[in-house]
Order: sequence, then structure tokens, then C-alpha cells
Amino acid sequence: MISDLFTPMVIIGILASGIRLATPYLYATIGETFGQLSGVLNLGVDGIMLMGAFSGFYVTYMTDNYWLGLLAAILTGALMGLMMAFISVTLKSEQGISGIGLYLFGLGLSDLLFQVSLGTVKTVSGFPPIDIPILSDIPVIGPIFFQQNLLVYGAYLMVPIATFILNKTTWGLKIKSVGQNPAAADALGVSVTAVRYATVTLGGIFSGVAGASLSIALLNVFQQNLTSGMGFIAVALVYFGGWRPIGMLWGSLLFSSVNALQLWVQTLGLPIPSDFATMMPYVLTILALIFAVRKVSVPAALTKIFERGEG
Amino acid sequence: MQQSWWRKPKYWLGPLMPVLAVIAALIAGAVMLVLLGVNPFVAYAALVDGAFGSPNSIADTFVKATPLLLVGAGICIAFRGGVINVGGEGQLIVGALAASVAALYLGDLPGWLLITICLILGFLGGAAWGAIPGALKAYLNVNEILTTIMLNAIAIQGMNFLLSGPLMDPMQVTAGSFIPQTARFPISIDLPRLVPTRLHAGVLLAVVAAILVWLLLWRTTIGFRIRAVGLSPKAARRAGIRVERYAMLALILSGALAGLAGAVQVLGVNHRMFTDGSAAGFTGNAGFNGIVAALFGQLHPIGTIPASFFFGALLVGANKMQRVTQVPTSMIIALNGLLVIFVVSSEIWRRRLARQREMEEVAQVLQPASASEEASEG
Repeated sequence: MISDLFTPMVIIGILASGIRLATPYLYATIGETFGQLSGVLNLGVDGIMLMGAFSGFYVTYMTDNYWLGLLAAILTGALMGLMMAFISVTLKSEQGISGIGLYLFGLGLSDLLFQVSLGTVKTVSGFPPIDIPILSDIPVIGPIFFQQNLLVYGAYLMVPIATFILNKTTWGLKIKSVGQNPAAADALGVSVTAVRYATVTLGGIFSGVAGASLSIALLNVFQQNLTSGMGFIAVALVYFGGWRPIGMLWGSLLFSSVNALQLWVQTLGLPIPSDFATMMPYVLTILALIFAVRKVSVPAALTKIFERGEG
Repeated sequence: MQQSWWRKPKYWLGPLMPVLAVIAALIAGAVMLVLLGVNPFVAYAALVDGAFGSPNSIADTFVKATPLLLVGAGICIAFRGGVINVGGEGQLIVGALAASVAALYLGDLPGWLLITICLILGFLGGAAWGAIPGALKAYLNVNEILTTIMLNAIAIQGMNFLLSGPLMDPMQVTAGSFIPQTARFPISIDLPRLVPTRLHAGVLLAVVAAILVWLLLWRTTIGFRIRAVGLSPKAARRAGIRVERYAMLALILSGALAGLAGAVQVLGVNHRMFTDGSAAGFTGNAGFNGIVAALFGQLHPIGTIPASFFFGALLVGANKMQRVTQVPTSMIIALNGLLVIFVVSSEIWRRRLARQREMEEVAQVLQPASASEEASEG
């Protein structure tokens, strides 16, 4: 019954899978943070994730080398990110809608390629778990934190790295200035176009890796609509996390823990409608959007088209 | 001074953009087909044949177009009012759920009455699901793109819960198969068939709804205000329009039409509600494809009518294309995505052309004035 959920074994299990499952959210949200901070809302994250997941899986399946798979996901993500940059920065299209276009494109194309090339659901041996010596032997904490695979460690490593880039480097300051006041940044000689191209492409790369982390590190399968909307959640989590990488960490962990809880509820066959558990993070995100987001600073130029000389 | 109209692309290129976008998307599709080793002419011929080849396929095209048209007409209201509603999927699901509840519990009522109740409940369900992001946007300044996405996810979970619990077909429980779907609705509330095909009366309802949306937007004060808010919230506010109220209304109406699409779908096509766990399993992406249709119809409800039938044809024809050439139907989803991108991207040219035209008009108006000034100086 419900008390079954509170045995140490299950709690450790939930925490461990929560930490694992946060991986795709972390990559996607951190990548999207860069784009949004520079003023571009890329709503097509889910489509890029699907393309990254497929290309990563396909290359891994064909070459038996998950590093090549990861590289394929990175290249695919970069390409789709460039596409979004071209559409939203150069062609200055309405970001909310073009993102939906990018999503449908990725959703359709990834399934098309999957059905044409593989046809049926197959599995690969992706990134193996790596035990960190000594630390992984610590009871309770060891299995949770130190027996994960490389892409999981990488995702958590991105939090301090992104924080550093955004707060301590000139490039980080340029990104924020372009997102807050593009006209002023432009007047000071910062190329709004170059910065936005870079951030949106970087966001694409991260989304590609996010997808690959599902298909060649966590689940090791690919199927139609593998992400089932995770990318959309990631976009909202960026608001939820207040455009700070540390905020992305909490948001990702919240969603992934609830996912993990739901998996365990199903595995243990508990009589709790798990749909409600799954619903909670979405409700929480809306509440956070209402109460929290207004206090932190939304990048002032987010979704606004920059036309030189119209500031 | 009279020049032939075709020498002035700025006058006709704008309205032509969606057509050019379709041609570009079809060319991109042809490239994909060639890469897949399929003759694009054979594939597209199969697609056209699948969509229009027989009375049944034409009927299927119309049936497929119905939810797109209802959602798309709603999208016209939202986008014209300056709110981006990407919550069509959720609104459609909630509308279908509301209609299903009535269909299952009020089965003793006469058919015509119950159909009316179901449709009204679908409309109201969708409206409620649009009112939440609408109110949050209007009064708390919460981004409606994000809230509509979240509400999509919440609607999916709600649907999964209801269909595998309180609304589940009792037959599924006794048989032990537990397929998450409702019982079949009473036959008395199947929407009437128009001709002996799958074509149901919902398609007429959708066309009427689109015409009503056109009347609303261009022939009523409310519609004028919605459009004014969309064009320039600042100017609208200065003119005394309560911007918040009309932005919210636009989202509510948009959601209501998507909800109606859900009700029409369960009454006209499925005669029960079902889920495969995801949104697309029930909606077939209609919530997103409706946006595609509305954009393609230039965000004009009347333009959305042929646009919806065009996309209905693409979706239906894709099945035949898959049978003939083994190219998966998901190619059409990818092409729809490209189409959205092309249409939205072509806006830059339209804006540029519109500005050129405006400047020319302004110049023409100013010319005599400056000429007379010169005269007075001389």
C-alpha cells in the first residue's frame, strides 16, 4: 500500500531515477536559457530533441560507438539551432509560431527517418554507468550520486559552467545586454545578430544532446515521439528557473522526481492514480509563473524582433 | 501613370505568399522523396488520389478538415487579438471530455437535445480551458504560450485519469482488458451522415462557425476591438478599449472553438472517447495543425476554410501515399512544420512590401501639398 513507498529501498530508487531522469531536462533548459537570455524564445526544443535522439541512436546503432552517436546528435542539434536562428533572427519571424513549425518538422522528420531506416524499435548499448571510485561505495549516497553514466554527470557539470559563462565572462554579459536592450547593445558595437545566432545554435546543440541522453544513455531505445513533450516543459522551466542555471537544476529535479515517483507507483502497483502525480509539476509550474516569475527579471527583449534603427 | 498591376509585385505578392510557401514545402517534400528513392510524382499522385480519388476519400478529407477548421477559426480570433494560443490540443481534449460526460450520463434524453447539450458543453469546456491562460495573461501578465502548453499537459493527464477510471467503459472492466476508453455513446447522438460515407454534419457546423467568426471579427464592435487590441494594444488603450478584457475574450473564444472541435470529433467520428496516453493519440495533432491551417488562411476565417480542406486532404492522402510508396505518413507532419516556417518567415517580405506601398501612398498624398507650397514660395 502507500506505506510501501516509504521503504528505504524505494526512496533511494526514486531519488536515483529522479537524478538520472533530470538529465534531458537539464541539457534542454540550460541550452534554452542562453537563447532566451539573448531574446530568442525557441519553442521548437522538443523537435530538436527528437532529431537529436534519433540521429544519436541511429549512429550508435550503426557504428556501435556511442561517442559518434553523441557527435551526430550535437551536429543535428547545431543544424536545427542554426535553422531556428535563421528563421527568427534573419527572417525576423514571430518566434512562438515558428517554434511550433520547427517542432512539427522535427516530430515528423525524426519519425520518418526512424521508420525508413530502422522500422521497428531496437535497442543499443549506450553510455555505461561509471562508478566513481570510493565515493560510489558510500552506502545510500553512493548509488544515488556516483553510479551514473557520463551524460548524467555532464548535465550537472553544465550548471556551474553555464553560471560561470553567464555571470563572469564578457560573452555572458553580451548575451544579457542583447536580451535586455538590443538597441543599446547594438549602439555599443555588440552584434545582436551574431550573439543571437550563437546562443540559439548553442541551444540547439544542448537540445540535441538532451534528446541523445534519452536515446543512448538513459533509455537506449528510439521510438516515435520519444520525448512526448519534454521539450515544451523545458521551455517553461526556463521561466520557472528564472533564467538562472541553478534555477534550471531545481526545476529539472522537480519534474524528474515526480516522473520517477510515478514510475515507482506503477511498478509497485499502488492504487494511486499516478496521472495526478504527473499533473502536479505542470500545476506547480503555472503557479510559479504566476507568483515567482514576476519578481525576477524577464529578459526585456524576449520574443521581440530587433530592427536596427527602430529602438 | 497607369501601370499594369503585374509590374507592381508589392500589390499581389503578399496574398500570394502562402501559395508560394506551399510550393516551397512541396518542393522540399519532393527532395525528401528523391532522397528516399521514391519518385515524387508517383508519391504526390498517390496523395491526390488518396484525398480525392473516390467519394469515400473526399468524405474522409472533409471529416479530417473539420477539427482543423474549428481550431483554425479559433486561432484566427486569438492571433488577431494578439494572443498566441498553442493550447488547442488541451482545449480540444477538455471539450471532448465535457461532451463525453453528457453523452454517457444523459443517454435517456432525445437525440437532438443531447447532441445540442454535448456541443454546448464541448464549447464551454474549451472556453474554460482557454479562460485560464486568458485570465492569467490579462490580469497577471503571465505568458500565454507557456500556460497553454502546461494546460495541454494537464488536460492529457486528466483525460488519461478519467478514461482509465471514472469514465472507463464498464465492459473493459468486466472483460479485464482495461483499455482506456469510454463506452460507445448512444446511437441516437451520432451526428447525422450527409451522404452514405463517413461524412457527418459536423463539417457544416465548422463552415458555419468559420463564417460566424468572420462576422464577429469584421462586422461587430467586439470583433473590431479584438483586432484593435491585436494590432496595437497601446493605441487600443488610448481609444478607451479595455485591452485586458478583449485579449482574454480572444483566448476564451479560441479555446471554445477548439473545445467544439473535440465535441464534434467524439460525436461525429469516434462515438466514444479514447486515449493512448498521449495527446496526439486522440487529437491527431489537430490542435497544432489548426494553427497551420489558420496561418495558411492568412488568419482569416474564410481563408481558413479552403486551407483546412487542403490540410485535411494532405493528411488523408498521406495514408494512400504510404500504401503505394511505403513513405511513412509522418512526412506530412514534417512538411506541415516546414510550411509553418515558410509562411511565418515570408511575413518579413510582406511587411517590407506593405511598408513600401504605404510610403508610396503617403508620398502621393504629400506631393500636391509640397507642390502648392513651392508655388506659394515662388
